[in-house]
Parts: sequence; structure tokens; C-alpha cells
Amino acid sequence: MAGERRKGMKLSKLYSFKCFKPFSKEDHSQIGSKGYSRVVFCNDPDNPEAIQLNYSGNYVSTTKYTATNFIPKSLFEQFRRVANIYFLVVAFVSFSPLAPYTAPSVLAPLLIVIGATMVKEGVEDWRRRKQDIEANNRKVEVYSKNRTFGETKWKNLRVGDLVKVHKDEYFPADLLLLSSSYEDGICYVETMNLDGETNLKLKHALEITSDEESIKNFRAVVKCEDPNEHLYSFVGTLHFEGKQYALSPQQLLLRDSKLKNTDYVHGVVVFTGHDTKVMQNATDPPSKRSKIEKKMDKIIYILFSILIVIAFTGSVFFGITTRRDMSDNGKLRRWYLRPDQSTVFFDPGRAVLAALFHFLTALMLYGYLIPISLYVSIEVVKVLQSIFINQDQEMYHEETDRPAHARTSNLNEELGQVDTILSDKTGTLTCNSMEFVKCSISGTAYGRGMTEVEMALRKQRGMIIPQEEVDDHDSKKANAKKSVKGFNFWDERIVDGQWINQPNAELIQKFFRVLAICHTAIPDVNGDTGEITYEAESPDEAAFVIAARELGFEFFARSQTNISLHEIDHMTGEKVDRVYELLHFLEFSSSRKRMSVIVRNPENRLLLLSKGADSVMFERLAKHGRQNEKETKEHIKKYAEAGLRTLVITYRELDEDEYRIWEEEFLKAKTLVSEDRDALIDAAANKIEKDLILLGSTAVEDKLQKGVSDCIEKLSQAGVKIWVLTGDKTETAINIGYACSLLREGMKMILITLDSSDIEALEKQGDKEAIAKACFQSIKKQIREGMSQTDAATDNSEKDNLEIFGLVIDGKSLTFVLDTKLDKKFLELAIRCNSVICCRSSPKQKALVTRLVKNGTGRTTLAVGDGANDVGMLQEADIGVGISGAEGMQAVMASDFAIAQFRFLERLLLVHGHWCYRRIAIMICYFFYKNLAFGFTLFWYEAYASFSGKPAYNDWYMSCYNVFFTSLPVIALGVFDQDVSARLCLKYPLLYQEGVQNILFSWERILGWMFNGIISSMIIFFLTINTMAAQAFRIDGKVADYSVLGVTMYSSVVWTVNIQMAISINYFTWIQHCFIWGSIGVWYLFLVIYGSLPPTFSTTAFQVFVETSAPSPICWLTLVLVVFSALLPYFSYRAFQIKFRPMYHDIIVEQRRTERPETGTSDVAGDLPVQVEFTLNHLRANLSRRDSWN
Amino acid sequence: MSSNTASSSAGAAGSGDSSAARKNSKRPKYSKFTQQELPACKPILTPGWVISTFLIVSVIFIPLGVISLFASQDVVEIVDRYDNDCIPTPARTNKVAYIQGDGDKACIRVLNVTKRMKQPVYVYYQLENFYQNHRRYVKSRSDSQLRSPKYENQISACKPEDDVGGQPIVPCGLIAWSLFNDTYTLSRNNVSLAVNKKGIAWKSDKEHKFGNKVFPKNFQKGNLTGGAILDPTIPLSEQEDLIVWMRTAALPTFRKLYGKIESDLEIGDTIHVALKNNYNTYSFNGKKKLVLSTTSWLGGKNDFLGIAYLTVGGICFFLALAFTIMYLVKPRRLGDPSYLSWNRNPGGR
Repeated sequence: MAGERRKGMKLSKLYSFKCFKPFSKEDHSQIGSKGYSRVVFCNDPDNPEAIQLNYSGNYVSTTKYTATNFIPKSLFEQFRRVANIYFLVVAFVSFSPLAPYTAPSVLAPLLIVIGATMVKEGVEDWRRRKQDIEANNRKVEVYSKNRTFGETKWKNLRVGDLVKVHKDEYFPADLLLLSSSYEDGICYVETMNLDGETNLKLKHALEITSDEESIKNFRAVVKCEDPNEHLYSFVGTLHFEGKQYALSPQQLLLRDSKLKNTDYVHGVVVFTGHDTKVMQNATDPPSKRSKIEKKMDKIIYILFSILIVIAFTGSVFFGITTRRDMSDNGKLRRWYLRPDQSTVFFDPGRAVLAALFHFLTALMLYGYLIPISLYVSIEVVKVLQSIFINQDQEMYHEETDRPAHARTSNLNEELGQVDTILSDKTGTLTCNSMEFVKCSISGTAYGRGMTEVEMALRKQRGMIIPQEEVDDHDSKKANAKKSVKGFNFWDERIVDGQWINQPNAELIQKFFRVLAICHTAIPDVNGDTGEITYEAESPDEAAFVIAARELGFEFFARSQTNISLHEIDHMTGEKVDRVYELLHFLEFSSSRKRMSVIVRNPENRLLLLSKGADSVMFERLAKHGRQNEKETKEHIKKYAEAGLRTLVITYRELDEDEYRIWEEEFLKAKTLVSEDRDALIDAAANKIEKDLILLGSTAVEDKLQKGVSDCIEKLSQAGVKIWVLTGDKTETAINIGYACSLLREGMKMILITLDSSDIEALEKQGDKEAIAKACFQSIKKQIREGMSQTDAATDNSEKDNLEIFGLVIDGKSLTFVLDTKLDKKFLELAIRCNSVICCRSSPKQKALVTRLVKNGTGRTTLAVGDGANDVGMLQEADIGVGISGAEGMQAVMASDFAIAQFRFLERLLLVHGHWCYRRIAIMICYFFYKNLAFGFTLFWYEAYASFSGKPAYNDWYMSCYNVFFTSLPVIALGVFDQDVSARLCLKYPLLYQEGVQNILFSWERILGWMFNGIISSMIIFFLTINTMAAQAFRIDGKVADYSVLGVTMYSSVVWTVNIQMAISINYFTWIQHCFIWGSIGVWYLFLVIYGSLPPTFSTTAFQVFVETSAPSPICWLTLVLVVFSALLPYFSYRAFQIKFRPMYHDIIVEQRRTERPETGTSDVAGDLPVQVEFTLNHLRANLSRRDSWN
Repeated sequence: MSSNTASSSAGAAGSGDSSAARKNSKRPKYSKFTQQELPACKPILTPGWVISTFLIVSVIFIPLGVISLFASQDVVEIVDRYDNDCIPTPARTNKVAYIQGDGDKACIRVLNVTKRMKQPVYVYYQLENFYQNHRRYVKSRSDSQLRSPKYENQISACKPEDDVGGQPIVPCGLIAWSLFNDTYTLSRNNVSLAVNKKGIAWKSDKEHKFGNKVFPKNFQKGNLTGGAILDPTIPLSEQEDLIVWMRTAALPTFRKLYGKIESDLEIGDTIHVALKNNYNTYSFNGKKKLVLSTTSWLGGKNDFLGIAYLTVGGICFFLALAFTIMYLVKPRRLGDPSYLSWNRNPGGR
């Protein structure tokens, strides 16, 4: 059929409702006014008027920088960080005589740090640029003046160009659809890149343009709205041959969506480049920063304050001593400084000014308190951590060939602090592949399989699943010739054409005919194999058509008026082709909850085939159609309990007369152009959908993903609260909740619902205010009751195990709660519950709930979802995790982490999250420690150098401190350290609470480390100056001078901070050994090499190690003394802490140690879970008692 | 769950079809490194480790302290503060005027040797409250000028002692300018005692920092005379007093080598020091001391190191003891979960 125009298919008829929605006149009246001023000269871009309008071209650029502005702009970005500004100022000042160091020694580290970050930015931008180039150079066919289509690049497209797009190509810009390969000017598009939905959408050209011939000389003017970001709205008019035609989104093909199932379309470019809707939509995703980093900024400010305080102290003393250097009568005190001929920086006559300048000097001198390399180190570490996450084999999904992917490295450690998980259901907890598993036909249940929900429920209730049943189930599955996607049905009574032998074969036949005919799917026959696949609007529908096909009712062709099936005739058992004439199509809508088709069968009888939700279908049954009603209802209830989605299947034969009368009315309603057209159509449809005859019901399973329930159980053991936000019905949601361990037996369930009789009664009266008031009261009451229940449980918790609560709220109540002042109360109740399920929630509600939790509790939230409807939630939450599943990539694109299956969340959080949190927390603490330990020795030394600003060490020692002597071990810590192995992380999920409660990065701990740094600096400084005092330090009588003292003290610092690292990490691989001992080695190597340079360059370091300090035993003895003494406080503290207040990981580490040698390990390992459970309960009690959320 | 995945993937690898597909698979490669399973030593602080660490430290430190103390005790040191006593009583009201005035500032000090001092006995001068580490002072020198006559004019860092009437001063700068100029002449029992002033500077300084072709020029010719005057005929590399002085001290109290006495001093020897009290420490209340000292393998006399070692060793021993007692009195089973920290302390935000 390729290339040839499909004749005679007026599918527009099928979509009777959608396509002819009347557009409101209001919008169109605005055309030409502000905001609606765009004018497009179709097929005439060279029109002088068009040129005058000068709309931008189709070239797009998503890069942050251009070649020219890269340097200034990226530098600007860099210096938005406070610390970097400080270092920039320092670098400038270093060229003045104020500097305590030489300028290069200040500049070098800054340049390294800035350079590294800029390179990273550059590489990232280059990648974006390559994507842009690729997109801009794609080819598209444009109608040129010589009346042929010629290829051109995307970027050369202009507004008004007429283009031709072929099947499976992307639209290069926002196009106005003129005509397509279909006669009636329809086409199908896939908008996965826009909203993530994989189902096809129908677009429809105006009738006057849909004739292919018309484009040959097509000249028209489109007046429409200005570029905006609303994907689903478009207002415009087409001025063609003197008439005006209104345009709607139905005629707009959006850039980045794809043409499907249509050979080609013609369109006029309306919006180009950055004016297109998709580009207008492309706002930068909100940049997220982890809590630790935010706290780190605070610590940096603290360090700045310390810096300012000590610099100020120094300046005051300096000012005083400097003033005293010359008395008023011109007598010189410290004559050797020549204060009489001093520069302004040391002038006793202007001591205040000198002190001011000295303040700047001191700010530079103590700059080592601010860890310049911290940001860079953290960035390096996080990138490496992300690589580990990406490389984890345990998070690789074989079937989809997708490893985990950390899309941003900013939030690694945040993964270790998640308090609440907000999860989507469909596609996240479940596979989102619907499978036809059961059906009930005329009161008989068919389908032998057991659903996962059933199995999980049985397991929870302590029932043992009979082994043979499971085997049976599996073996039968294996027997099936091949597994068919969407079909997991087995019943020997029906499959393989066996149904013809059933007593109710006729009903079975009717049942499957309805499934095969009553739908909107489009068959796609593979030319080579003859296999048929279906393009359906929803996976449910596809499952029905597939089920019908598998059972012998193969739907293979759809034309404008006909639906053709291969059928097995139940009388003869032979395959026959039957063609049904499609007369009318009554569309599904969420308010109608049903769909119907009216067909004429080959026997020339009129049939109404209908399927819909049980709530609307049973009331429409005819009196004589209620046979088996009781059984069917029972089956439906059972199916719903098993977590299945059910639909009721009915049919009805129509009288010709009845039909004719109805059709007239229906068509009248359809052609009506008025506001209540929809209501009239509904009413008309309602008239014919009555007196139905019940055939049975279907049950479709949305399978739970593998391991979901284990994962949820582990996570809740870890103290993570889980909220499920689903669009499902309350009953289904509760059952899924049970199936995935979200709700458990023995859990008290609190249900908040508005499905009560009084409210329904009020609704019937239609008094909106009264309804609102009643709802408000009802919800308030329910919340209060819930609170009192949890209160009672908390009081009892001391005695026995705390009762665990699950909260379920239905959609209506949720809407209400979010709209009114009840949200705080609701949240208060919800956080007391372990699991919360919100039913029937819209995407916007999902985002609102996320915001409520995030802002209300102030704790870390993680949202996980797979579809476009989850994007808001993912972006709102502190961390967004996208499931890269069936529903396109929209969620993944908006997420921070992408995983293939929900169950990987367990490893992502409990293992990687825990490790990353721990690593970053310890790393930052250590960073502050090492810089304080170093920086404060400088301060103490100043006290002995009359605060003149002379550092204790050689300039280059200091500038290498952060870069060479201490950086690698820290990075190794940040990348590799692990307190316990992955196995133990998963075995003791409670360990995760260390992150949730932020124990490793609490203020006590941070200040403790800072304090440790200051203590170390004092020990280092005072012990060194006292041992290396005035006396000779070698046997040859020579005394220790400035250079020797500096080297000794500096060696002590390097040794101390590196060994401190060694005793504070838990995990020694060869890498750690290499880096820690290597760093110390590098220091001595540096000393030797630098010391052998000519003295003009090496100054005080010249030969200092080789000649002076290395041969002196007292230098080494001092080193040993100082290093051990400096580490003694920390070591003793740790020893005491482990003895009296061990951390959770300490205990687990000890456990591992004790487990190994003992043979009776079971008793130690065995009793832990009980204890853990106990602790967990304790913990929860603590949490709820401690936190006041208001 | 994880094992399931593993086995299913292993199964899939079996058929040839899927192994071809596996080549393009995004499955992360297995290595101990990428899976963070490197073999590692995971030290934990068990009671045994804690106690033995403390014990070992104390066992090492206490003997080291004793040895250091002994070494320090072996050193014989005579310290004589003379800055006050060498000013004639009438001039003591205005010491600065005295020291800045002309005239002979000779002074005799008598030192008694109370303990035998084996040669070499080092002679030091000790200054106190003298900030050789002041930033203005330390910077005021020109290393290149000291090294080679070529760079005679590199005096930019030396202000205000950089030039005299446009002629560069060699050696320039405040450090050289303020060179210590008290002199000591020693005699024992009225027999002059030779003080060897050679070999008091570091070899590297003499060979690489101070050029043997650089001679003092225009030194102390400015409007204000600082300290000692250098002999313009001797190259800088031979002016060891200057070299020692130029190696600035780290702290405001410092000693510098003056010379060596290369003969033993016996108990009861009286040493007369004829000194020229030229150097002005009075304006800034600096003390001046003359020190005669022997050395041990550890250097000069300083008990601090030994005491510090003993203290730290003692503390460690005490801690070892304390921990032993604690573990005996109140043992905690390893891995006992009832000690979970947030049991008692819910942890902080």
C-alpha cells in the first residue's frame, strides 16, 4: 500500500466525537489582537510581507555556551560560588605586596580547580552541540518554486514553507496539516518525545485542504496565536479563497513527534525553531541540590566567619605592635624593621591603615581554612560514584538491556537520606503490559492461571500454595506454543478451538466477537509473515483484540465501514471470513465508562456490541438479559480481589425501525454546533445503550513487576515510608497494595472516602455548597478518627509491638484535601502511617502531594514513576527516579536516576544511597578537619611572629597541600569507602536510617570534626615549637631555623591528616594503601625535588630535607611524638564511642567479625531481626514523638 | 531475587543467538573493581585492638622518653644573660641612649664551669623578643644578589636598605643590615680560649646561596647604621657570621652559633668573656644571652621532648588500663544490637 493513497477509509467517522469538537468562538475572535498576531503566508515564504515579518529560522541551539561566550560565561558561572569569588579576590591581591605568598603559588591551585570545572562544562556542552548539529542537519522535503519537492536541511526551513513528511519521520517544525496519504486527510502521530505516550494520536486536516491536488497551487494565509508552550491548544484561522476556516490543535503537527501509519503528509510550517511548542516547553529542569550540599554551604559560611574572626584578631594585634614600633618622639622600637622608612603596610604612623591592609593579608593567609578543592573533589567523587551506579550489574535488566543510569551526579548522597518514597503504580509497580488472564462467560469462569496478587495474598495469609498447582501453572504455560504478549490465558475448555464443544458455545462465540469488533484498534499486517499486530489506544484494548485473535476471532482488516474477521464457525469448526458493517461508534469516555459499536453482521442483522465498567453496565441490562447476573457479579468481585481489571461484555440486537429513529436523532446531535452538543450526543447514545444482554466479563491483569513486594518490604524495614499515588479504583489499589506488601495482614487500615450514602444523596440534589460542606466535615471527621487510632497505638507501643497503619484515600477525598485547609491535618495523619495509598490521583495531584510531603515534613522525598503523567511528581520531589519501561522516555528524561525495574530501587537506596551518603558526609567532615588542622597551625604561628603575616611554611608546600598531599586519599574515601558490604546493607536495612536521620552529618559530628582539627593543630604546633626550641637540634650544634621548623611541622601535618584518614576509614583496598602512603611519599619526594632546585626558586626549602632535617634524629622523634599525640584524642574518642555508644554500622561490622569464626552463627544472626524489629519500632515511636510537623 | 536474574542471564547466554546480541548488550562488565568488591581489609576497633594499641604506644613511648631525657641530661649548658649587666649602672636609666652612643662598650663576664664539658663546646648568642620572622624583615633580602655578582642590581625586595646614592648595597636588605655585632673573646683561667668561627654555617648555604665572588659593597654606608660591618675584601661565602644570621629564625627567641671551642672545659674552670656589647636590643626590650653548650646525639639541652614522650606514653598506659577495666567490669557483647545509638538518642537533624 506504500505510496498509494488509501481509498475509501473515512476513519474520521470512527472518531466522531473527537474530531468535530466545536471550538469556542471566543478564542478565535482574538486573532489579530495581542498574543494572536502571527501571520503565515502558506507556500509563499518569499512574499515581501512575509519577509518583513522576519520570523526566526528553524535553527535550534540548546547549548549553554557558544564559542565566543564560553570563557566569560563559564567563568561567571564558576564565580557564582562564594568560595571561588574569595579565591579570585585572593588571586588578584596576591599580585600586590599585601600577599603573604608569591602570586604563582596562589594562582596555580585556583587555575587547576577552575580549569577542571570548565573542562567539564565544555565537554557537556559539546555533547549538546553535537545533538543540535545532528537535528539541524536532518533532511526534509520542501515544495519549491518549480513545483517539485526537493530535499533541504531542517535548519533552512522557513515559516510558510510547504513540506512533505514521510512515514516514521519526525516533523521538522510545527506544521499545519494540509493533506495526507489518506483521502480524508487524517494521519497518525506518535508524541512519545512530547508527553511519553506511546499510543497513536489522530490528526485531521481541514476538508478544503485535504484534497491532494489543491496543494499544487496552494496559496493561503494563516493567522494564529503567537508562539507559546501549550502543547494541547492552538488557535488560528486559515484564509483560503476568500473564506475563513477555524484551525484547532487537530490540524497542528508538533515538532519532535513522529508520523506513524501514514505514508506521507503535506504541511505548512507555522512555527519554526525556538518558536515551536516543544522548544517553548523546554525549560531547564529545576536544578536540585542535595541537602548535604546545602548544609555544606552553611559550613563554608561558618568557616568564613572563623576566618574573619581570626584575621581580625590578628589585625588588631598587628596594629598594636606596629604602632608601638615607633614612639611619638620618633624613637624606633624594633629598629631592625626600619619603621621610620616603612611602606604603608607596616607604617607605625598609620597603624590603623596598616592593620586594615593586614586584615586583607590575613584573609589570604588563613585561606587554607576554606577548602578550595572541596567542590572539585566532590564533583569528581560524585561522577565516579555515578559510574559505579551505572556499572552495577545487580541493577542491570536483562530483558530490556538497560543498566541503571544516574542522569545527574548531584544527588547521589541524597539517595541515602530518603524518608518517603512516592510511587506511581502502573508501569512502576506493575509491568504495564496488560494480559488477558480470565473471563467469565454466561456464568462460567474460564482461565486457570493464578495471578500474582492471588499468590501474594495467599502467601501472606499463611496459606501454602500447593506445589503441583504452581507446577501445573508453569508447565502449561510452557506447553503453549509460544508466549503471546498480552495473552496469558489457559483453559483447556476454550483454547485451540475447543470452545465449540462447550454447551454454551454460542455465547462464547458472541462474547469473543464483541471483543474482536468493539474497539478502536487498527490492524497492522506484516507483509512477509502475515502476522498481525495491533495499534491500540490502550494496552487493555490491545489485550482484548489479541485474546480474540488467539481464540479464533482474528481481526485482520478495518475499512471505513467494515471490520473483517477470520472466524471459526462453531457449527462446522472451519475458518471463515466474516465482514461486519460498521454503522456507528459510540466512543469511550471517562464519564460514560463504556463504549459501543453498532454493526450489521453478514446475516444482515443489526447488533449493538458494548463493553464497559460494571458500575454502569449492570443497570443497563434488559430483564431477559440478566441470566447469570449473580454469578458474573460474583466472578467480577473475585477478579477485582485478585487485582484484575474487569469489564462487562454485553450485546443487543436492534430493530431496523428502532435503529433508524435513533440514528436520525444521533446524527442530528452530531451535526449540531452548539455548546451542549456533547451532552446531546451522550444522551442519544444513552438511548440506544439499554436493554443489553449480559454475556460475561473479562479480567485483565496488569502484572506486578518482579520483586516488587520484596523490595517494598525491605524498604519499609529500612524505615522508609512508601506512598503509592495511583489512578486506580480504591479496590484495585488496595489489592495491589496487599500484593506488593504495601499493606500487610495485621496492619490497621484507615480509609478516607467520600463514597458514603449521605454525600451521594446530596450530590443528587446538586447543591454544590452543601456537598462541599458535607465533604469537608466528613473528611475532617475521618482524619480525626484516624489520629485518635494512631495516638492510642503510640501509647501502647511501650508495651508491645507498635501497631502499623496503612492509609488509603480515594480520589475525591484527595482532591478535597488538597484544595482545602485539611492538607496539614491529612499529612499529620499520613506520616504516622507506614504506607499511604492515594487512589484516582491526577498527574497534578501527584505533584501536589509530593510538594505537600516535601514541604510539610522537610524530609527527603523520592518520586518514582515511568510515564509522562509522573513528570511533575519527579521534578517536584527531591529525587526523581524514572523507570525506563514501556511508556516512553518522558519520565526518564525528567528524572535524576533511571532504573529499569522498581526492585532496583532497593539496591539503589540501601546500598548505593547508603554508601554515597556515608562517603560524602565523611569526606566533607574530613575535608574540614584537614583544612582546619593545617590552617590553624598558621594562626598559632602568627602569634609567634607578631602577626606580621609570615606563614610558617614555604609557599609551595602550602599550595600543594590541597592538591597533592591530601587530595587523593579523600577522593578514594569518597569513591570507595564502605562501612559494610552490599550484602550486609541489604541484610540489615535499618542501617539506612543512619542517612535518614542524618547521623553522619549532624551538626555535632561536623563540629566534632572541626574541633578535632583545631585540637590537632594545637598539638602539632605547640609540641613542635617546644621540642625544636632554641637549642641545637643536631649533634653538630646547629640550631633549627625557620626552614627546619616549617618542614618538621609540615611533615607532622601531612602525616597526621593522612593517618587520621587511615584510622577513620573502614575499608582498605590496595587503592587506599596506595593513596594514603603514596601521599606521604609524594610529600617527601616533593621535598627532595623542590629542595634541589636552585635556591632562588626553592628559597627556604633549599636542601632542607637532605642536608638539614633528615639527618637529625630529633626531627624524626618530634614527628613520631606529634603524630601520635595528635591522633590520640580521636582514637580515644572512637574507642569510647564504640564501647559505649556504638553506631549501627559498628555493630554490624562487629557482627560480621564474630559471625565468621563461630560455627553457631545462626544464633547471633538469628536473633538480630527480632531486635531490629524492636529497634525499628522504637525508632518510629521516637520519630513521631519528636517531630512536630506544624 | 538477584540470583534469579543472574541465572536467567546465564541461561540466555547459552544460545548462539543471544550471545551475538550480548556483544552489543549494555550489561555492565563484571570486575571486582566496578562491582565494588575489591578484596579489602576492614579494621574494626575491638577491645583487643584498642587495648593493645594503647599498650604498644606506651611501651614504645616511655623508653623513648627516658632515652631522650637522658640525652638531654647529658648536655652541659651554661647560659649567661648579659644585656642588663653589661650596661654601666649610671646608664641604666636610658639604655637605648647608651647603646646608641659612641664609646667603648666593653664588658667582662665570668662563667664557671660546674660540669665537665667535652669538646666541641658550642658558643651561641641567644636573642629574645627579636622577630626575625617578621614578614617585612624576612622578605628584605635578595637571594640572587647574594649568589652572583651579575645580579647585584636585583634589590627591589630590599627597601629601604637597597642602595646608597644609586649604588646597590651588597648584601642588601634589612636582615643583612641588622647583623648581630656583639663579639665575645673567651679566656680560660687567663689563658685565651680559641673560638673557631669556621664551619658554623650550613654547607649548602656557603656553596649555593652565598657566592664566593660576591663581595660586600656600600654596606652600612646608609644614613643609619644597623649592625655589624663586613670586611669588603672577604667574599660572602666566607662570611659565616652573616650566613648564620641570614638563615632566619622561626621564633622570636632564638640562638645562633657564634663559634666552637675545640677543647674540653673542666669542672672548676673559670671562663672570662670579654664582650663588646654593641647590639641594640634595648629599644625593644630584647634579652641577650651567651650560651656555651655541648651536644648529645639529640642536640642541645631540652627536656621537653623526653617529658612529652613520657607523658603521652603514660596517658596511653593509663587508657589501656582504663579500657581493660571497663571491658572487664562492663563487657559489651560484640555486635549486640541493643546498643543501637538511636535507641537512646534519636539522632540529630
